[in-house]
Parts: sequence; structure tokens; C-alpha cells
Amino acid sequence: MPRVIVDVMPKPEILDPQGKAVHGALPRLGFDAVTDVRQGKRFELQVDVADEATLAEVHQLAETLLSNPVIEDYEVRVEGAEVIA
Amino acid sequence: MRIGVVTFPGSLDDTDAQRAVRLAGGEPVALWHGDHDLQGVDAVILPGGFSYGDYLRCGAIARFAPVMTEVVAAANGGMPVLGICNGFQILCESHLLPGALIRNDHRTFICRDQVLQVENAATAWTSDYSVGQQITVPLKNGEGGFVADAATLDRIEGEGQVVVRYVDVNPNGSLRDIAGITNERGNVVGLMPHPEHAVEDLTGPGTDGLGFFTSAVKALTSV
Repeated sequence: MPRVIVDVMPKPEILDPQGKAVHGALPRLGFDAVTDVRQGKRFELQVDVADEATLAEVHQLAETLLSNPVIEDYEVRVEGAEVIA
Repeated sequence: MRIGVVTFPGSLDDTDAQRAVRLAGGEPVALWHGDHDLQGVDAVILPGGFSYGDYLRCGAIARFAPVMTEVVAAANGGMPVLGICNGFQILCESHLLPGALIRNDHRTFICRDQVLQVENAATAWTSDYSVGQQITVPLKNGEGGFVADAATLDRIEGEGQVVVRYVDVNPNGSLRDIAGITNERGNVVGLMPHPEHAVEDLTGPGTDGLGFFTSAVKALTSV
């Protein structure tokens, strides 16, 4: 069964306190190479078929529930395939 | 005047909100998140707490609770709706109010008696205050940072939709010190601080919060 991945990230201009907290911890662990961290969410949706109609539904789902368009962007892709939209 | 208070799974301050309604001279009516029924109330309060465990985003799942279909329709029809803290988050997620609430910029939960300045005393929930009046009510949140894009902020400032602003301390990184806003019509108000915790001298910092509830009772009585 195909799996559709929805990645949700805070918009670049929106403050990301969680990412900042993670980034702040890195030097204490000796990781100096990372200059910034943004934290988002990944949803793995199991579907019967990843056809156009299903993906349109996933987009709608991503826009209404999985992300808040005021503060977040999302990306939909079928696992193993190219990013769609 | 019958004012409904919705209880979601994870609501905390529903009984405090009911008590505030009673002290303001209204009749509180308990509403259940799972019912498609507002029981004929004249106004609705979405109380504070952590509906659905704050899973996904604060208010994101509560927005799709059965009762919200009726709340959104009633709000669009002009019914007074007040969202406090988690209720404010639900109103933003429902697109009844612009903007969104994100994690506090300092990343810690904050609980303090907060001074607010009333910026709009013409809404259904603030008519008992005067513009410029400073009030003290408790504030307690982990995700209370109000954000919106610059165009939206300019618009709500220009249209007088900022209802209350933080004074002295910005406790959560809210843009332009915004603590509460209203819709264009002035019937829907959301704020992060908790006026329902400042309605009796025995508990809380005073009775400065009572005005939100007496405003609504008067607005409804005069209709």
C-alpha cells in the first residue's frame, strides 16, 4: 500500500521557539557545524491508491487540519516519488 | 440572559467561566463539545484549557468538534462569542479571528497577574470598559504568542480590531503587544489573559475581569 508523506514546517518568517531550543543545545553537545534549526512535523498517511483524487484529498486535509496556513507551509509527496506541489 | 460555556475534552476553566457569567448577572448554560446544539443560548464562551491535549496545534482539533459547526454559524450571524486562552486559539483556528497563536518566544509557560490596556470598548464583550483603561487579570499560557503577517496586523490595527494590549511586560512575544482581538463586526472576541479569574476579591488580583461578562449581559439585555 502506498504511503503519502505530508511535511509541515513553520513559515520562514515565523519564529520557531522549538527549533531555537534545539539549536541552543547543540554547542553544549559539541556540535558546532549547525548554524540554524527549524522544527516541523511529518505525517505518514497510508492510502489504498495514491491517485490524483486521493492526493487532492490529502492536499485538502493538509490545508485544513494538518497545517495552519497562517503560520505553516506544507509539502505532499508519495513515498519514493518526487515532491508533488 | 443565557450564556453558554462549551466544555471540550481537556477544558479547564469552564466552571470558572460559568461562575463569572453568574456573578455578572447572567445564566450560565453548560454546552458539550459533542452536541450539535447551542440550547438556545444568547452568547457563547469558549473557555481556557488544553482541548484534545493541545495535540497537533492548540485548538486545531477542537475546531472540528460537532458543536463548533453551530458556534461558527451563530458567530457569523452576530451572536457574541468570547474565546479565552485556548478558546482564543480555537477561534483563530476556526478563522473567526485573524492570526494565530504560537509557542511563547521565551519557551516557558508563564503565569502572572498581567496589566492590560483596553483599546476597543465597543465590542459585545468590552462595552463596560473605557478606551485607555488599564486592568489587571491573570495570564497563564505556553503558546500565547500572537502572530499574523504585517498586512494583517496593519489592517486589524487600522480597523480598531485590537481589543486589549499588554502593558509593561510582553509576556509571550505577541506581535505589537496584542493580547486580544475582535472580528470586523465586534461580536467575536478572543484574548489570551483570563478575565474569568478576576471576578471576585477572594481569589485572583481583583475584579477587573468582570467587565467582559457584564458587557455581554448588558449588550444582550438591551437588544
